[in-house]
Amino acid sequence: MSNSTPSSASYEPTGQRLPVKTGPLLELENLSTHYVSSRGTRVVRAVDQVSLRINAGETLGIVGESGSGKSTLALTILRVLPPAARIVRGRMLFEGEDLVQKSDDEMRHIRGKRIAMILQDPMASLNPLFTIGDQVAEPIRVHEGAGRATAWNRARDLLKSVRIPSPETRVTQYPHEMSGGMRQRIVGAIGISCEPRLLIADEPTTSLDLTIQAQYLNLLRELQRAHGLALIFITHNLGIVAKMCDQLAVMYAGRVVESGPVSQIFNTPAHPYTEALLSSIPRMSDSAQRLTAIEGQPPDLAALPPGCAFAPRCVRALDRCRVEAPPEFTPDRGHTARCWLASGSSLSDTLVQSGRA
Amino acid sequence: MTVLEAAGLTKHFRARRGIFGGERGVVRAVDGISFAIETGRTLGVVGESGCGKTTTAKLVLGLEDPTGGTIRFEGHDLQELDTPGRRHYRKSVQAVFQDPYASLNPRMRVDAIIAEPLVTNESLSAAEVRGRVLRLLDLVGLPARAADLFPHEFSGGQRQRIAIARALALSPKLVVLDEPVSALDVSIRAQILNLLRDLQAELGLSYLFIAHDLAAVAHMSHTIVVMYLGKIVESGDARTLARTPKHPYTEALFSAALPSHPDERREEIILAGEVPSPLNPPSGCRFHPRCPHAMPRCSEEEPRLAEVEDRLVACHLYDADERRAPIRIAAGAFPGS
Repeated sequence: MSNSTPSSASYEPTGQRLPVKTGPLLELENLSTHYVSSRGTRVVRAVDQVSLRINAGETLGIVGESGSGKSTLALTILRVLPPAARIVRGRMLFEGEDLVQKSDDEMRHIRGKRIAMILQDPMASLNPLFTIGDQVAEPIRVHEGAGRATAWNRARDLLKSVRIPSPETRVTQYPHEMSGGMRQRIVGAIGISCEPRLLIADEPTTSLDLTIQAQYLNLLRELQRAHGLALIFITHNLGIVAKMCDQLAVMYAGRVVESGPVSQIFNTPAHPYTEALLSSIPRMSDSAQRLTAIEGQPPDLAALPPGCAFAPRCVRALDRCRVEAPPEFTPDRGHTARCWLASGSSLSDTLVQSGRA
Repeated sequence: MTVLEAAGLTKHFRARRGIFGGERGVVRAVDGISFAIETGRTLGVVGESGCGKTTTAKLVLGLEDPTGGTIRFEGHDLQELDTPGRRHYRKSVQAVFQDPYASLNPRMRVDAIIAEPLVTNESLSAAEVRGRVLRLLDLVGLPARAADLFPHEFSGGQRQRIAIARALALSPKLVVLDEPVSALDVSIRAQILNLLRDLQAELGLSYLFIAHDLAAVAHMSHTIVVMYLGKIVESGDARTLARTPKHPYTEALFSAALPSHPDERREEIILAGEVPSPLNPPSGCRFHPRCPHAMPRCSEEEPRLAEVEDRLVACHLYDADERRAPIRIAAGAFPGS
């Protein structure tokens, strides 16, 4: 890998080689996280019956609109939920161990070491009162018990690996002295500082300019290859998924409505929501065409309609959809959809009719 | 017909060091740009932060006074307008902003929000105002009962519809759209973009469309202007420019735009470095420190914006084609638009 990433070659992974394991790195089974109001009268099913898996070195994109539960899902995996939220059901098997059963103390040793996270706003994730060196070295000192000098040396190498020019002087500077793109790269350096197996990135490029976003996405991909990282991208941007991800999970109203390999979902979406979402984004090539808009609004998670949550906006909704929520069907191997239309035959006939196939 | 024409438009901000400190320099936010917007057409402006697109919008809206150059509206120079002329201009040019959660007063009912420009600018009876409000609501696809509700009772997409209704209250000629869909949910964006296009066709509106989503700009615009550090680097027909960019910056910018399909394969140009400070822009061509095609000449001599085939490009790479054409960009004045 080092020949394809010349400038990160100086940073040699210090951690042990990963033990040979079979099975997925992280497997979510029927996971549900609900927000309960203080008197217990209102329940918001932010994450409901989610089953997903991600293998080592793979990239999974989780796409959804605001309020679809994608960020709550990330917080659930890291077990950093706000007090009102509860994991009510399900298992999260990470390297074979159930994270739901871990104590807070055990989780502290996993967070930042084996699972790390990058947030949207780099200025909010960096402490303005500490130098860059202190902040990049902190996880190394905490998780590996390294001394200050060793940790700072590692911090310098890490900054070099995320393309921060003259890292020797940058380590002693403060976050306000950096540009937005640099800050986000520093947050990335903190994320990979302890050689995690899984990195969760929640809208990591929304605050960045286009050319800086392209730089950052390429950097993430290089880091992923160099360290064998598994990446979870949480985004509302299907373009990022198209560019970066192997697997895709589409969330709507707290549930994964469709999941599977990215190219399969883009070519033959099995859920009408995914299909509508894909045809509603403007494309560079066909500016004359009218966009296919999805009518209506995303539902209120505290007052979900009976049946399928997307049914009120769905152009192909059947009577059954308004009464009974569909279970997860598997139209293809590794491709799931929560839609009655995906139950028996595939959607291909209806797709031909609407001129999309 | 040209609605608005800017010639050599310039806005320099003076930067000071501290409370007592002397002047340190000038931020050349917008530096001698020229463009024209035709009736019923959309001019899209793209560029990264610091390129001057928001300052351009403020200059067009009359929220900032230019330090150089002119803006002519329906043939009249803005600087020379008398009070009634100025009033007419402010009525004819309206704006829709990015965040409909910030741009609507939470203490006013929708009816009062939309009626406010009517009440301050025109002498109408209460019944007439109410009638106009209901018609505007219908125009943007909201039910009549929306008039008596407060903004918090609406979702983001509906709020943006209210903001559009308010902008249309005075039957403007030109609407400045500053990132009108970036704060909205993905499934709602297409609704608003379609609405804006329908309104343009129905009312013959002109748009100045500013956004960082290149596909949305290409979709909405007839002409695109690409800005870098206060200068126009390229402009031309939206579809041709998006398909075959000529300036190395436009090329890199459009190649950095995310693909719409995972099977889409294209050449990626990853620019090194970041946009320099407009306080101290590079000499010569402002893009040369990041340009993959930079020549020695680029750091010395600033390229002129000149006609290259079907568009205007400011780059020494195209000097052989330079025909010393007058610098003028007109929305809709290009073949195929």
